[in-house]
Amino acid sequence: MSKFTGKSPWVVHFNCNSCNGCDIEFLACLTPLYDAERFGVLHVGNPKHADILVVTGSVNKKNMHVLKNVYDQIPAPKAVVAMGVCAATGGLFADCYNVVGGIDKVIPVDVHVPGCPPKPEAMLDGIVKAVEILKKKTKETETVTEELPVVIVKPKELPAETAAPATAKESEK
Amino acid sequence: MTYINMIIESPLLRCIAVLILAPTIGTLLSGFDRKFTARLQGRVGPSFWQPVYDILKLFGKQQILVHRTQLAYAILHLFFMMLTLVLLVLGQDLLMILFCQAFSALCLVIASMSVRSPYSWIGSQRKILQMLAYEPTLILLILAVYLQNNSFLGFKVLERDTPLIYSMPLMFISLLFVIAIEFEKSPFDVASSHHAHQEIVKGTTLEFSGPFLGLIEVAHAYEMAMFFGLMVAFWHTSIIMGIVLALIGFILVLIMDNICARLTSWWMVRFMWTIPLTLSLANLIWLWR
Repeated sequence: MSKFTGKSPWVVHFNCNSCNGCDIEFLACLTPLYDAERFGVLHVGNPKHADILVVTGSVNKKNMHVLKNVYDQIPAPKAVVAMGVCAATGGLFADCYNVVGGIDKVIPVDVHVPGCPPKPEAMLDGIVKAVEILKKKTKETETVTEELPVVIVKPKELPAETAAPATAKESEK
Repeated sequence: MTYINMIIESPLLRCIAVLILAPTIGTLLSGFDRKFTARLQGRVGPSFWQPVYDILKLFGKQQILVHRTQLAYAILHLFFMMLTLVLLVLGQDLLMILFCQAFSALCLVIASMSVRSPYSWIGSQRKILQMLAYEPTLILLILAVYLQNNSFLGFKVLERDTPLIYSMPLMFISLLFVIAIEFEKSPFDVASSHHAHQEIVKGTTLEFSGPFLGLIEVAHAYEMAMFFGLMVAFWHTSIIMGIVLALIGFILVLIMDNICARLTSWWMVRFMWTIPLTLSLANLIWLWR
């Protein structure tokens, strides 16, 4: 069965805090000029149908849970392609207060495609590399991701002074 | 040739042969579809065997299921599609065949209604609208066959001397629109589309993954083979002319798929209840005795 996995890699594309540059270039791969479908690549919108997860952009504290959730929904065997420098290291946004870094902080990455944005040829190359890695995996391949810390944000409790005048007003009545 | 005669004469062997051959024909048809569409768009396109690879790959993937009801209805969808094909090959009652086909489609609707995804729900609601759109045309088709043979039985068609296309050309045109809906082709691919993703992601098959999606793909291959067979039956006197007619019909549907954009589900219902239904009724006028 694993030899057919390499022949029909269905790709799901997740925009993780990207500037859209890589996304536009990635969609260019599907145009008649580059024609990713000749490798059997189908661009699906649903992680449950996909084999390869293509992530563009850096991970921040909000979308890391979403990225992990998308990754966990893909049935094994699966491969991950980090598209562009932002997905690899955080790129231009690495120093931002909310950015965690590259996507390898959250999910295991198989292929890094450098560039800002990478050329469509480089992207196709990255997907073909991911297909070769995918062929070696089976459906028993371990794909468990680490549990992420859940930060619960609550409003601060009101100080005692704000409560006191209210009671005072009531007593006046 | 003796083996072929033996298979044709024995009902059991004929059923087994068609259950093996039908998914092959169905996947080859969708392979032809993808190659043809790619060439129309100026692309190289995938291999001719791509749908076969896709289905075999899906059966090798991890099994993730939302709940068991979903699986039960996916299996029923496949089973009733196979039953429809078997009844058709045995030349049984055409009305019974229509009911089996409708129940098979309903099983897919129930399966995608049983999960919590809103996209899946919208997809199955649109699937119900699709059934509302094409069922009257199919019933009129069966009625026209009845008027000519005085029987609803399928094998009575094969005993005729003249092909059905001579007396039912307009019915054939309206059948092409039904086939465009069943094959999930534009502008009627509102419930679930084979090309890329759409505004409701994947519609009815959204929550299926791995081997369970494979089951639905196999059922779709059976469905494609069945409707292709229906087109062949319009010229039953010569099997070569039948296949040529069916291929012309299939290519017309593919060209319509490539030149049309997806339209709304209610537009589909309005269209199907006006033009194809009128064509079918006009065809009935000269068959009525």
